[in-house]
Amino acid sequence: MSNRNTLLDKALGPREHRPSWMEKPHPLTQAGKAVALVVICALILVPILVVVSTSLASPAEVTANGGWVLFPTEPTLQAYQDILSGGTITRSLAVSVGITVVGTAVSLFGTITLAYALSREHFSLRKPLLLMVLFTFLFPPGMLPGYLVVKGLGLLDSYWALILPVAINVFNLVIMRGFFQGLPQELYDAARIDGAGELTVLLRIVLPLSKAVIAVIGLFYAVGYWNSFFSAILYLNDSSKWPLQAVLQTVVTKGANLGGNTTDALSDSGAVAAPQTYQMATVVVAVIPILIIYPFIQKYFTKGVLTGAIKS
Amino acid sequence: MTSTIEQAGGSPAPSADPPDRPPGAPPGREPRSVRWRRALRGQRTLLLLAVPGIAYFLVFHYAALFGNVIAFKDFVPFQGLWESPWVGLDNFQRMFEDAAFWQAAWNTLSIAVLQLVFFFPLPLALALLLHSLARGGVRKIIQSVVYLPHFLSWVIVVALFQQLLGPTGMFGGNVAFVTDVLTNPDAFKPLMVVQIIWKDCGWGTIIFLAALSQVNQDLYESAALDGAGPRRRFWHVTLPAIRPIVILLLIMRLGDILTVGFEQILLQRDAVGPEAGEVLDTFVYYQGVLGADWGYSAAAGLFKGVVGALLVYSANKIAHRLGEQGVYK
Repeated sequence: MSNRNTLLDKALGPREHRPSWMEKPHPLTQAGKAVALVVICALILVPILVVVSTSLASPAEVTANGGWVLFPTEPTLQAYQDILSGGTITRSLAVSVGITVVGTAVSLFGTITLAYALSREHFSLRKPLLLMVLFTFLFPPGMLPGYLVVKGLGLLDSYWALILPVAINVFNLVIMRGFFQGLPQELYDAARIDGAGELTVLLRIVLPLSKAVIAVIGLFYAVGYWNSFFSAILYLNDSSKWPLQAVLQTVVTKGANLGGNTTDALSDSGAVAAPQTYQMATVVVAVIPILIIYPFIQKYFTKGVLTGAIKS
Repeated sequence: MTSTIEQAGGSPAPSADPPDRPPGAPPGREPRSVRWRRALRGQRTLLLLAVPGIAYFLVFHYAALFGNVIAFKDFVPFQGLWESPWVGLDNFQRMFEDAAFWQAAWNTLSIAVLQLVFFFPLPLALALLLHSLARGGVRKIIQSVVYLPHFLSWVIVVALFQQLLGPTGMFGGNVAFVTDVLTNPDAFKPLMVVQIIWKDCGWGTIIFLAALSQVNQDLYESAALDGAGPRRRFWHVTLPAIRPIVILLLIMRLGDILTVGFEQILLQRDAVGPEAGEVLDTFVYYQGVLGADWGYSAAAGLFKGVVGALLVYSANKIAHRLGEQGVYK
């Protein structure tokens, strides 16, 4: 009995101590709640599993099963080899990676510098600038005027059109600023006494202490760049320049119309036999980078985002 | 607690800040420029650090905001912003007489209301469930799972739903009830809500879980000692503690009520046609960018922006009346 308990505790983590005043929960209620949580997790994971499985199944099996597979009998990476051997998907994947890396760097730079300036209490322009920034949250400019600005700057058909218009997110900026403000004031005072300038304080003291929030905000930006498809459709007339999500969007919308037939986007990768397999492989390729980074950043969520969002 | 909630929505809370006139800056009669120069002495680095970010907001928000003047013009791209003729409120008049605009507005509102009723309370419910039951490692795993869909793009989510509910999908091909759910105009609005629940319900718990973990445990103990059962403790301790956040989120949602998942709906509008699938944002896109009816669709976009700002303003006013902090002061 005790042995079982320790095993369970090892698996689940230490049992939370129930204070003496708290009633013993009814086992049926507990069981009902547990079932609910399992069902919720299944609702999230099963669709993802179906997509991964279908992408790994052989075209014949997918066709025989009517378009989807839950557990492939003979898993194969053929679909991945095909879509990654050059052609539209490979090219758009490279575009996506480039935009995500450059965009995240640009966004973090702009967000950190402005958040830092707006977090320093003795900065005389702090209040007017902050109001100016927050007002944009209340009244976003709208799609068409935004398009006209991009056009006016000559950024149409340039990759910068996918980065610059969304470079700084007000919400992320506020979180970052809140985090900077939450750092102990003594650090700043000590640095000033040592004669350090603002730049030194930012680079040597603030940034090393802000790794968690930078990681989380960086993830938000990276996911945003990786996932966006509309700005590509809006600003890049030349569809051969499109990032992965924009290409995948043609698969999703046209695939729906064609009832699962092959699409223009995939045709030059030689996908004809079982488009479903290729579509799902493309979906998985678009998801995998997120799945890879996600666990590393996830542990920071509570630390970084919340201290910033709630406390500030 | 009050001061922590105050700025959670990004409020500057100007009145709460200490006066930040730099030491030694006299309030006196010097000319403005001299005062500014004195105030900014030794702040050149901060100013330089702020420049890239401020430039971004000036160009991509304020210049763009100014671009809304085309709503009052018959904008012709090759004539440019300045040369295009003014038409006063013609675009707005046309808009108010346009059945397609009202259809889009109606679709937007009904999806938003459906979201408010069926989606908005769910993250809170899930957070309470997680908070009351799961512990340690299992809770972390469940959190990882339910946060995950938030990070998938709408393209991916729509592809997942097609793979489940489409004609060749897991259920679509087998269960009679769902065969045409993706192309049935009547099912479109509920489908949009179901999708956003799948994608963002888990992520929405994060802010409630944080608030729940900050509730003072002594309050529960005192309440229990005073004879309050679990239900009354929930009503009198838990709810008051998370109420400011619920109201904050509600205000933000109200202000955003004319925005319902642009990318999500753009991807699926064509499957059901504009009658059922057009919302204000897609209306602007199809009329303006694809239909090249610039001034007209800018008018629709501006209308949406003004109504949204008014809604935030009034919702915030109401929150203050009710003695809540709201988004800003």
